[in-house]
Order: sequence, then C-alpha cells, then structure tokens
Amino acid sequence: MAKKKKKGTPVFLQGNEACVDAALTAGCRFFAGYPITPSSEIAEGCARKLPLLGGAFIQMEDEIGSIAAIIGGSLAGAKAMTATSGPGFSLMQENLGFAYIAEVPIVVVSVMRGGPSTGLPTRLSQSDVMQSRFGPHGDYTAIVITPSSVQEVYDLTIHAFNCAESLHTPVILLLDEMLGHMREKIYIPDVDDIKIETRKYPTIPPDFFKPFAVTPNMVSEFVAYGEGYRYNVTGLTHDEEGFPTANPNEIKKMLRKLRKKIHLHRKDIILYDEEFMDDALYAVVSYGSAARAAASAVRKARSKGVRVGLIKLKTIWPFPGYRIHQIAKQVRGILVAELNMGQLIREVDRYAMGRCKVTGSFRYDGRALEPDEIYENLTELRSIKRR
Amino acid sequence: MELETISPYHGYLRMKKKFPTVWCAGCGIGAVMSAIIRAVHELGISKNNIVLVSGIGCSSRMPIYVDFNTLHTTHGRAIAFGTGIKMVRPDMKVIVVSGDGDGMAIGGNHFIHAARRNIDISMVLINNYIYGMTGGQVSPTTPLKSFAYTAPYGSIDPPFDAVKLASGAGASYVARSTNYHAVQTSKYIKRAIERKGFSMVEVISQCPVLYGRLNKFRSPVEMLKWQREHAVTMKKWDKMNEEERTGKFPIGEFIDDDSRAEYTDAYAEMSHKAREEVRNAKNA
Repeated sequence: MAKKKKKGTPVFLQGNEACVDAALTAGCRFFAGYPITPSSEIAEGCARKLPLLGGAFIQMEDEIGSIAAIIGGSLAGAKAMTATSGPGFSLMQENLGFAYIAEVPIVVVSVMRGGPSTGLPTRLSQSDVMQSRFGPHGDYTAIVITPSSVQEVYDLTIHAFNCAESLHTPVILLLDEMLGHMREKIYIPDVDDIKIETRKYPTIPPDFFKPFAVTPNMVSEFVAYGEGYRYNVTGLTHDEEGFPTANPNEIKKMLRKLRKKIHLHRKDIILYDEEFMDDALYAVVSYGSAARAAASAVRKARSKGVRVGLIKLKTIWPFPGYRIHQIAKQVRGILVAELNMGQLIREVDRYAMGRCKVTGSFRYDGRALEPDEIYENLTELRSIKRR
Repeated sequence: MELETISPYHGYLRMKKKFPTVWCAGCGIGAVMSAIIRAVHELGISKNNIVLVSGIGCSSRMPIYVDFNTLHTTHGRAIAFGTGIKMVRPDMKVIVVSGDGDGMAIGGNHFIHAARRNIDISMVLINNYIYGMTGGQVSPTTPLKSFAYTAPYGSIDPPFDAVKLASGAGASYVARSTNYHAVQTSKYIKRAIERKGFSMVEVISQCPVLYGRLNKFRSPVEMLKWQREHAVTMKKWDKMNEEERTGKFPIGEFIDDDSRAEYTDAYAEMSHKAREEVRNAKNA
C-alpha cells in the first residue's frame, strides 16, 4: 500500500495514552474509573490531565460505580468516559443496559485481556467481542469500535465520542492489551481538521419538551440536568416523556426506537478498510490488533501471486453485513483472523449465507497471531475443495 | 394549575402525570416524600437546581412523582449516579432516596464510600425493615427474629444500624427519625440538604402490607404507635441502661460536623493548585 503523507503533528504515544488524548480532544470532561490491568493508564492519564482542563476525574469504589458515575455526569452535561478490561466490563453490563434504555451518551473503553474470569491480565485477547454486543439483557443495538493501531486508537476514540454524542447512546471502544501498551508514532491532526459532534439541544420550551420523543431520525433532543427542563430518566421501559409504562404499544415504540436509531445512521457509524479487494478470490476479515498480522499475511500471499484481499473492520457492531455478503458472492473463501476461539466468525458466516467457504485463524493462548499462521491457514482454506 | 392555590407543595408534584402512586394504603413513603418537599420549599431552592436520584424499590419510585430533575437508576447504584452528577455540577443539590435493601445491601459499598469521600449528597434512607417491591423478603435491617417471606422461621441475620454505618464511614450529618415524628423528619432533611458534605437521614417507616402483616401489626396506625413507643430521644437514650435500651432505638441528630472538607470543594482546590503549578513550570 502506498504510504500517504500524513497531516498533523507527529508524536510517539502508547495506545492507552492516545485514547486519553483523543478523548480530551473530543471534549471528554468527566472520567470515572477503577484500576484494572491493562487499562489503568487511561485512568492515570485522565487523572493527570482532566483537572488541568477544568474537567472532573474520580476513582470510584468499583466498576459498577464507575459507569454509574459517568452516566450521571453525562446527564449533568459533560462528555464522559470510563475504561476497564474484561472482568470490570462484565460488572458494568447492568448499567450499560441502563445507558442504552435511557439513551445516555457515554464511551466505555475495554482494553481486552484473556478470559473467562480473571484470565490473563497481562496478555492480549479479543474476548469482549460478543460481550460488548450482547452483554446487557434486552433488545438494543450496540456500537462497538475496534482500532488496530495507535493512530487508529486516536482517530476512532474521537469517532466513538461523535457517535455517542450525536446518537445519544453508549459506544464501546475495544482495545486489547497489545494495542493499549504498544508505542507507535502517530500524527495528531490539527484541531480544525477534526470534526467534533455535540448533542442535539432542544429548541422547544420546557413545557412541551419530551426527552425521548420519537423523531424522523429517531434521535431525540437532549438537555442536561439543571437547565430548566425538569424531566424523568428511568431504566424502566418508558414513554416519550420518560415515565414508566407497561402499555404494549409504548413498549414496542421505545424498543424500535433504540434499534432504528442505530440502523438509520449505520453508514456514518460503520467504518472498514479494504486492501487488494478488487480482484480478490479470497478475503481475510480481521479487526483490532489481529488485523495487523492479517495485513502482513495478505501482503505476503500477494507477493506470491495469490489473489487475496483484506477487510479490516473498524466497527464490528453494527456489523457491516451487507458488504460481507457482497464479498462472499465475489470470493471463493473468507478467512476470519481473530484472537479468540471464534467469535466474530459467527457473524461473518451468517452474512456469507453459504455463498463461500468461511474458516478461521484463531489464537487464544494470550499471544499475538503471527502473520505466518494466518498465511498457513489461508493456504489451507485455498486447498479446501468447493462443496 | 388550580391545585397550586390549594397548597404551595402541590407545585412540587407531577400531578397531571403519574398519580396515583404505586404505594399501598398506609405506606410511609408518601410521608417522607412530603417531608422532602417541605424541606426543599422551606429552603427556597429552585426546583431546577435539585436532582432527585433513586435506585430500585418502593421508595425509589419517588422521582417519578416529584417535579425536580429526576433519575431513577439501577438497584443500589443511586449514590454512584449522584456522585457523577455532583462531580460535573457541584452547584446542584443531589438528593438520594433509598430504601433499606437498596441503600444498605446492594448499594452498601457506594453508601460507605460516598460517606468516606464526604461528597455533598443528601441521602434519605427510608427503612421499613423489608423488601417491599419484591414481595416481603428479609432485608439487612430486619430485626432479629422478625418474619419475612425469606425468613419464615424468624430472621437470624443481625441487622445493620444505618446511623452507626454512616457515622463510622465519615458522614458529615447523620440523623434518624420516624414517620411518627414527621416534623423532625422534615427538619432533619432540611438540615441534611443545607449541610455541605455527605449527609444521611434514616427514616423508620412502616410497611403495613408486608412487614406489618407478617409480624402481627394489625394496622398502619399500630405500626406508627410502635414507632412512637420504641423511638427514644438522644437525651433519654443516654440515661438509659443496656436493659432499658433493648428493642428500642435512639432518634435525633447524631453527627453535625463541618470540620471535614467536602469532596467537590477539595477537588476544585486540587485542580486549581495543579493548574497553577503547571503554569509556573511553563513560565520558569
């Protein structure tokens, strides 16, 4: 791939540090967290920098309290974030569900580590792929973003805030241990080049304000506490005014809104990069730090004349299913490279709809996928006879 | 708006919206709600400046009925949500309403840590000795040998003393009242809102439908009488010996202390100092 000349100031940053800097650039002014390896540097960075910017930082008593505090902070008007890893992310699920139903913009960073349970605190894994999508109970649509380099951590953290703030929904940013702790040279874009979204503030007077109004684009207006619009926020299924309801029509209306809100804006949310896909007969689908090895393997195969392309997903949920289906019709086989026993491959397989072979290149021993492993798996995929 | 002419307190209720309440006849939570409204009215704080936060349970339904900024959160987490609001908007008054299960069982951790930080949150803990919303299970304050559906042979769990818990954890204001002592309840809540730092007012309340029925109280009135007979003022309590104290509890203001720094004040000071240090380092 031809190296494009990048605009901006070059800096040498760790993934977790880049996440902090990008969050502050995106306007994050409240962070509540609880120490957990390998995400603690994000809390440390926020503790150091937020007081200098007039923002607030608090170390809470647990992860449940951390996400609760940022939901409160967000409702009080601040862009808010928390960071954790697998076990802490599991603890956050109930309140994450609250943020979905109450439509509170927050960003939750999970720097993934091996699991289940305490698992591998200092080793990498992509173990939260399904937890980030289906963690809380009930029906909602999650937005989950997966950067694969420190540069992408910076850019996509801003994207995460933009999605959260423009759609009034929680957004999950999945890093992994390697990405969180890795140092790379990145280019910090000029402030003028960064697009920063803010909440849609109401234009109507308080008496007519409905905090959860169903609008054509499904995004209601948002106003912080203390601005004269006194309304109720609840984790119960609620009507447009925010009061609990058990009316079947109101329930359906609310749940459909949660889903449709994301669906209508999926083109703005979903990001992915493609490489060598024009004439590809095989495709490697990967995301996060596994995508780096995948890119290397694809280039190696290309150098040997194999017509293979790479799809690097930067947004895994909502899943770019339409594009995967198109690709499945184009190629003979798709290889999914990920650092677990196969989580996202289920979704790829679902959208391939039997149009091509789908196999995986998995690694789940706490070590990074090597390009050669992916290359070998690719060779195996090519040797499978068509059904 | 006609109703406002009847009583100044009606302006604090969302009369047109979700009344009548979910509370059973004879329940004590409504009385605590009116005590909070009276306290706010007497203090003359704007409704816009108050956030009422609650968790899950009977008492936690209160935010739906009152016309403040209201937040009805997840079970036990009201204080943690309130902490976030207070950190972002230190100028706003955060009142947390909680039940005994919500505040001291599932939310016990947030309770003691908020008291430790001394963050300016006023917690009203409505203690009716039982889980009402879920149908009468034993709570962390259910007295020994009392009955609940999950303690059908009498509770063997030693109960928590919310006052001692809050005092031990470092709250700036700690008081206890009962629903029988409605005037004091309102007075203490008023003081709690005024006092900077974490404050906790425990209100002993009655649940005639579950706790009352299971423990042979024939009516809400009988439960209120029980509160009158078993609540002892601090003065009297100090003079009583161990034997006389058995089964009774003291009411009054236990702690009213302004010596500890409030958390958001301390944060503002720290933040100010840090900015100055950075500025000086740059200039040097």
